[in-house]
Amino acid sequence: MKQLVILSGKGGTGKTTVTAALAHLATQDCRVVLADADVDAANLGLVLAPVTEETHDFTGGRIAGIDPAVCIACGRCAEVCRFDAVRVCTHPGDAYAVDPLACEGCAACVYECPAHAITMTPQRAGQWFVAATRYGPLYHAHLFAGQENSGKLVTLVKQMARLRALDDAADLLLVDGPPGIGCPVIAALSGADMALIVTEPTVSGAHDLERALGLAAHFNIPAMVLLNKADLSPAQAEAIVAYCATQSIPLVGRLPYDPAVTEAMARGEPVTAGNGPVSAALHEVWMRLRQQIFDNAS
Amino acid sequence: MKLAIASGKGGTGKTTVAVSLALSLAATDAASAPLFLDCDVEEPNAALFLRPEITAQRDVGLLIPVVDMVRCTTCGRCAAVCEYHAITVIGKQVLVFPELCHGCGSCTRQCPEGAIHEELNVMGTLEYGRAETIEFYHGTLNVGEAMAVPIIRQLKAWAIPPDVGDRPVILDAPPGASCPVVETMRGADAVLLVTEPTPFGLHDLRVAVQVARDELGLPVAVVVNRDGIGDGGVDAYCAAEGLPILLRIPLERAIAEGIARGDSLIAIHPEYQTQLVELWKTIAELP
Repeated sequence: MKQLVILSGKGGTGKTTVTAALAHLATQDCRVVLADADVDAANLGLVLAPVTEETHDFTGGRIAGIDPAVCIACGRCAEVCRFDAVRVCTHPGDAYAVDPLACEGCAACVYECPAHAITMTPQRAGQWFVAATRYGPLYHAHLFAGQENSGKLVTLVKQMARLRALDDAADLLLVDGPPGIGCPVIAALSGADMALIVTEPTVSGAHDLERALGLAAHFNIPAMVLLNKADLSPAQAEAIVAYCATQSIPLVGRLPYDPAVTEAMARGEPVTAGNGPVSAALHEVWMRLRQQIFDNAS
Repeated sequence: MKLAIASGKGGTGKTTVAVSLALSLAATDAASAPLFLDCDVEEPNAALFLRPEITAQRDVGLLIPVVDMVRCTTCGRCAAVCEYHAITVIGKQVLVFPELCHGCGSCTRQCPEGAIHEELNVMGTLEYGRAETIEFYHGTLNVGEAMAVPIIRQLKAWAIPPDVGDRPVILDAPPGASCPVVETMRGADAVLLVTEPTPFGLHDLRVAVQVARDELGLPVAVVVNRDGIGDGGVDAYCAAEGLPILLRIPLERAIAEGIARGDSLIAIHPEYQTQLVELWKTIAELP
């Protein structure tokens, strides 16, 4: 079983569109398990019509809570908190209170409170789901608004998807990654056999591509590049192609800028379900990827 | 006013709107020249458009524990109080894992021998420079580092003086809806959400509204970018939720090509300047 992770650095370059299309094409010649590792803003399900089979709670870290009846309002908790998460309440009695969105769960205040008024409580920070789709099982999650530990939830989703892929003797675990290069992206990339980085010929796309490739190299994961909206700026496109060549990063294809992509999204289906230039280009991309993943990366 | 510009979904045009809003305010008068903070420290792109002349730089990160093994008795108290498993005692050794440490200082304070002191573990850089009258600040997370929040927190502390007063402050947020976005929005007076009228845009707009309005209690307004693609879902949602749509930027190839080159929206279409200044005034009056 091989694991392919779709990343981009910059958001909105087309990761989910490409993942959905690859899911569609890959199931025509191998067995696939899907994971959506963007737990802040999970969109893969919107184009795969998933039928939810299992729903589980995700418990993130613990956060501090102050019992106002025990608090002596000495302010020691606010002094030791480095996350600006403890504030004096305006309520009667002037007890202190914890801002749950700012608390990083370090428990420093618990150890320092002379009145023993502070306890740590696990947070229900999100949910994760197992769903059936026409292209195979989908593992995805929803981190509740503003919560921490997205990396931990990504790791959980991927772990469950990987176990399923092993159980089902699947050939490919296809992971739709989050934007950026921080903790959820590192979690998405961890254990991958290969990263496909979707970029666009813009100054931002090129800048973020370099950082995404740097991240893959940092973790010794082979990377390939797909240039989306390739005809938007010929000069920027050529600069990206030249950069990939100097770094010996394979370019697996170029997709034209085409409203058909958004139209397919609005219909809730992969762009490869229809015919057209983007669909045709993605067929070729999959053939190249298949060769890279199964022939070269073994 | 301190305005955070966010989106949920990536690539909807946060930086496009933030940059042109800053340029439009700066063009009105000297007192309106904003402080601009690019808080997307994983992928900071605003400098590509504002092109500031960087004149100050500093390393940032977290204070992590360093153990003096002469005084350490390997009692294990440090490991017992660490919620992140970032410090552990194995035999007569103490191991610190900087990538897990949040820099909370618990182990340092709790060590009965006073054997721990803290040193800066550099995770990124902050930079300052002027772009004409705009005071520009951004942070950059080093490749391979996981934690964006400490960089954003220190960027804000460095850039926004306590006496900032009525000076406009624009915070360009990262995509998503988790802790880096919350850190960007904390302390802001209002949030402007840039979306696109597609199912992906709508799904992620809802999540961003939950963070900004429902969790943080901030006034929220919306910009619809690439108006004309997709469907009517975003309009229907904003109407139902009472979210004002203050600006619509059409789907237009000339705009996409200009942004691709690194031009600002108001360089491509100067008429947006007046609309953006109006947008700023309208947000300042939101309840």
